[in-house]
This record gives sequence, structure tokens and C-alpha cells, in this order.
Amino acid sequence: MSNFTRRTLVKGGTAAMAAGALTGPALLEWAKAWAQSAPWKPEKDAKLSMLRWKYFVQSEDDAFVKLIEAFTKATGVKVDIARESYEDVQPKASVAANTGTGPDLFWGLYSLPHLFPQKCVDVTDVADYLGKKYGGWVPSAVTYGKSGNKWIAIPICYSGNMINYRVEASNKAGFSKFPDKSDAFLEYAKAMKKNNTPGGFALGHASGDGNGWVHWCLWSQGGNTVDKDDKVIINSPETAKALEYAKALYAEMIPGVASWNDASNNKAFLGGEINWTDNGISIYVAAKKDPTKKQIAEDMDHSYWPVGPVGKPTELHLMYPAMAMTYTKYPQACKALMAFMLEADNFNPWIESAQGYLTQCLTAYDKNPIWTADPKNKVFGEASKRTLTAGGLGSVGEKAATAIADFVVLDMFANYCTGREDVKGSIAIAERQLKRIYR
Amino acid sequence: MAIAFEQVGAKRAMRSATAWERLKTNREWLSLWFMLPAAAFLILFLAYPLVLGVWLSFTDARIGRSGVFIGLENYEWLMGDSTFLLSVFNTLLYTSVASVIKFAVGLYLALLLNERLPFKAILRALVLIPFIVPTVLSAIAFWWLFDPQFSIISWSLKKMGLITANIDFLGDIWNARWSVIFANIWRGVPFVAITLLAGLQTVSPSLYEAATIDGATPWQRFRFITYPLLTPIIAVVMTFSVLFTFTDFQLIWVMTRGGPVNATHLMATLSYQRAILGGQLGEGAAISTAMIPFLLAAILVSWFGLQRRKWQQGESND
Repeated sequence: MSNFTRRTLVKGGTAAMAAGALTGPALLEWAKAWAQSAPWKPEKDAKLSMLRWKYFVQSEDDAFVKLIEAFTKATGVKVDIARESYEDVQPKASVAANTGTGPDLFWGLYSLPHLFPQKCVDVTDVADYLGKKYGGWVPSAVTYGKSGNKWIAIPICYSGNMINYRVEASNKAGFSKFPDKSDAFLEYAKAMKKNNTPGGFALGHASGDGNGWVHWCLWSQGGNTVDKDDKVIINSPETAKALEYAKALYAEMIPGVASWNDASNNKAFLGGEINWTDNGISIYVAAKKDPTKKQIAEDMDHSYWPVGPVGKPTELHLMYPAMAMTYTKYPQACKALMAFMLEADNFNPWIESAQGYLTQCLTAYDKNPIWTADPKNKVFGEASKRTLTAGGLGSVGEKAATAIADFVVLDMFANYCTGREDVKGSIAIAERQLKRIYR
Repeated sequence: MAIAFEQVGAKRAMRSATAWERLKTNREWLSLWFMLPAAAFLILFLAYPLVLGVWLSFTDARIGRSGVFIGLENYEWLMGDSTFLLSVFNTLLYTSVASVIKFAVGLYLALLLNERLPFKAILRALVLIPFIVPTVLSAIAFWWLFDPQFSIISWSLKKMGLITANIDFLGDIWNARWSVIFANIWRGVPFVAITLLAGLQTVSPSLYEAATIDGATPWQRFRFITYPLLTPIIAVVMTFSVLFTFTDFQLIWVMTRGGPVNATHLMATLSYQRAILGGQLGEGAAISTAMIPFLLAAILVSWFGLQRRKWQQGESND
């Protein structure tokens, strides 16, 4: 900058304002109009604080900040956003629930509202309004959002966790498209290992990727932790079949997966060490952004999880609901914010900026352009429809949440795959823990 | 000139001290008030959480709601929980192996640093660095060092031709245990070394001179002069070292989160996972409370086992 004077600043400023003129004031006008007509009028002098999970994709966070700014301008409610790694939102929310003070809103992982349902504000009116306006909620979102007859949280989005794989290596192994049945998938893994292009799923305490694949494995073979009455039914021949399948798959994986946490498979895939894994779209996004990884970005693709003997998709995708705590001084403002987030003029650009990382819970948003912009994004758009809920057949409540947080199913698979326990032993440990959790 | 004298014989009226005045100058009363701030601090931040933790372990409290008293049910269930028993085993193994090695290496280092060396001050500062670096940072560094795909150790050994495949440091059960024990030793040795060095410096050189004149070998000097005089310091430093190692959380959590398959779960990390992440406060509190007997035993061993001699406690020898 040779001549940075006040003149340059003023010139630059007007240029920026002109560029933003199309979106800025227009968005503001709409937001103001929305605030006038919305059924939830924030309380006078309301101020909100929200704790959300740390973004996976920077552009998503930028779009979210813009969204919040529009809300503030429209309603006059200032919102303080704090971000925590998504695993840490739950402990913080738990402490806040226990002590009765803290952020007004939490935006965290699926099980969060069910850990303390009586501390969440009843948001049935917001859910009904949004469902009617935008084509209805997907069934799993309804299960997650409701506790009994009332909605305790608003499902905002899913983070899809799909198969990521390298196309060229798969072609060389004899598979022109990714197998869609679990038996074929096992053959695929064997062929990939033979060609020295193995893959891997996390068997360490990886709350996202690890839980995703072990629950897929258990459910696809017909096993379940509990039945619809929350009776523990994990001790079944189907569970044993799932364990055998996992062990066979483990033999074809790269060594070291038992120590993987959620970041490890990203590292390994981007480093070219593995050629198939389960993950969100973050690997693809990171590869596209990094010029040295262009080859990986062009060579990789995504696929649905293979279907097992049960004959239908049995995937587990993470859902991020937003909830308001009963100790908040401004419940109407909280409801207004939650509704604002899911209005089309806000939600559509925000989903787009997430570059496919987040999937909608309301069916009207299936038409969002992000799903057709890049064919490799397509499968993630279906995540919310293909997922089963945490707890499988049973209730989505604190019990399911505890079972997942304590890695009961994951440890059962890890115990058997690494050879620490035999089939009966692994199942027995898991059964004992589940019986205690679901008592 | 009339000089007013006090009448000889007239005494100023004696009045006995009131109860309040007696109290004001009573030493016990004053000391109570002086101790009150410190006592309040200790009670609020030590005693209350401890008692609350023990109380929680007798309830089925969950995060978000209080629990009812259920007696020893948490403990009974834990007795049969293989993960808990495994964590007890892991903790005992981790603590004993790491403490023994830390003591041996620390003592050796202290003896070395006690000699006449060039750059003694810088060497002592360097030795202290592993202990000063925040644990989380060194844990993350070790996490990278032990990565199954990207470990520099594996890479170097492969380049040297000594191994052909990456070493699975944190994915194999026993490798993971030795890896975290190594990280703990690396971090904890300076504490032991510097404290023992301080103790070594209090040993009077005239004792060594007398022994040398009498023809004692270096080993005899160590065994009969250094070691006995050092035992009180050893008792203190090893008590602290064992306590900190037993309750270690950060190193394990960052490196392995307790995995693989709970092989490196210590009681502290399991308690956190069950109580905070899983929401079962009562059970987590029971795991934490179960640590108390072990810690008490460690303290008793060091106090009574290592300080038996009267002269070590300030009295004259028998």
C-alpha cells in the first residue's frame, strides 16, 4: 500500500458498501419485517448468550455470525456467541443445567436436551410453526426434538457421516462403484487391502466417526441395544453376527485404528495413508482448499453406507439441536432466535456456506442448491432421511445419551476386534453396562 | 504555689478486667480469628467438595437432577464392572511403574547434578523444563510422536532400516500403556530430581570427608550417609509424586482418552467419562471416592515406613 491515506479509506469504504448494498440492507429489511410479524416478541432489553459447537467449516461460522447480526438489527436483541469443541458442549451444558446459570441457549449434540429434559424450555409452538411452513420435519428429527408430547429442542441440522473413498484405488480393486451391500463391502475391503490401499474406521473413543460405524454395523446385521420398551436385548445372535462382521472388517483395516479419535482418520486420509473411511464432508472440503491435496479432492467421492441383511439403511448421523434453558430470563427472545435461524432467507444461505457439512431437518430445504452444485455433495443431502436415532429402537433420552457417551457399543466392538474378549465376553460386558444404564 | 500531690497512699481505683477484655487478649481467641480466613478457604475448596463427592457416591445423582440415597449400590455394581476393575489395575500399574522409575532416574540425576559441573545453573534449569511445560502441550506433542501413521519415531527407525512397518504405539494395548508411562516419567522426573537435589545439598560435606578418611567407598558413602539423611525428603517427594501420578488425568485424556479398549483408563479418567460425559454423577463420584483408600495407603507407607528413626523427626537417636 504505497499511498494509504484517508482518501483511500473513504474510497474503499464506499466500494464495500456498494457491494454489500444488495445483500446487507435487503437482508435487514426482510429481517425487520420478520421481526414485526413473528409470533415471538423478544422481551424488553433482552440479551442472549449462546454456546454452540465450534465450526467445522470456517465459511459456515461466518454465515452464522451474519445471521446473528441480522437478528440483532431486526429485534435489538444482542446475542453473545461462545464456541466450544462439540464434545465439550455437553459437559458445559450439564454444569449449567445443574447449577442453574450459564448461557441461555445451547446448540449441541443430539442427546443433549435429553440429558436434562426438565431444564429445557417447551418449544412446541416454534416446532409446529416451522414444520407447517417448511414441509414438515423428518421423522428422526421429531424423535430427537420431542420428549413425551412436547418439543424440548429445535432440530437445526444434521452432520452427515458417510463413506469417503478414493475412486482410482477402488477401480483398481475391481469396484467401479462403491458397494451398496454389506457383504460386497467386506469383499471390497479385502480387495483394497490386497492392493496395499487399505482403509479404516476408528475403534478408539471417537464420539463421531467411531460411534457412527459401530452402530451402523450393529443395526445393519439386525442387532439392537434395546427394544422399543427399553428392554436390553443386546445379547442376541444378530449382535454376534455383527461382531464377527466387524472383526473380519478389522482384519482388512490399516493397523492402529484402536487408537483413533475423530481427527485421526481425517489426517490419515489426507495423508494418503488410507483409501476408505467414514467422515463428514470435511475431508473433501479440506482437500479442495489445499492446493497440494487437489489430487485427493479430484480422486475421492462419497457414498451411502452399505445396506445390511435387514434390507434398509441403518445409518447414524449426528444431529445438532438448539435448546433454551428454563433458567433464561428471556424465553421469548430465545424462541424468536430459534425460529429466525430456520427461516428460509437465513437457513438457505447458511446451509450453502457449510459446503455440504450440514443437512437440513425440514423437507422443504431438500431443494437447496448445495446438494446439486457438486455431485459429490449429493449423498450428504440424504443424511437426515436415512438416519436412525440414537438408542436404536428404544427411547431417545438420557439413557441412550449415556450409553453413547460411555461408548458401550464401541467398546464392545473394540474388545472383540482387538481380541481382548471373545464374543460372549464382549456382549456380556456391554449387556451388564446397558442393564445398569437402562434400569 | 500549690503543687498538687497525689495523696500518698491513695491508689488508683483497681477494677477487675471485664470478660470481654479478657477475651480480647486471650491467645486462643485471637488465633482462632487469625486462622479463620485460611480455614474458610480450606473448608470451602477442599473439605466441602470432598464431603460432597463422598455423599454423591451414595446417591444415584445425574447431571441435571439430584439423586436419592441408594447406599452402597454404586460400589456394589462397580465391584463387578470389568471396566472399573481394569481401571484400578491400570492405575496401580501406571503409578507403581512410573513412580519407581521416576525415583530411580530422579535420584541418579540429583546425584549427578550435585557434583561439580560446568554450567550447573543452566543444566538445572534445563532439567526442570519438562515439568514446567503445561501438561496438555507436552501430551499433544507425545500424541504426535506416538501417532500410528505419522510418528517421527517410526519414520526414523524405518529410514534406518530397523523396522519395516509403523509401530502402533497407542493402538496396541501394552504399547499404549508403556507409551503413557514413558510420557509420565518424562514429565515427572524433574520434580523428583530437583527436590532430591535440594535435599542432597543439606548433607554436611564434613560427613563425607570423615567417611573418606575412614576409607569408605563411594557406594558405602551413599548407603550409610546420603541415603539415610535423604529419607525424609524422599518420603515427601515420593508421596507427592505418587499422589499426582495416581490422580493423573491430562496426560491420559489427551493421548488416548482412556483407550485403546480402556487399556489406559485410569480411575480419574473413567470417573470423568462416567460422571460428566455420561451424566452419571453418582457412579463417577463412587469411582473417585474409591481412590481414597489407595492414596491413604500410599501416604501411610511413606510417613511411617520412611521416617521411623527418631533422629529423622528431630529427636536424638536411641
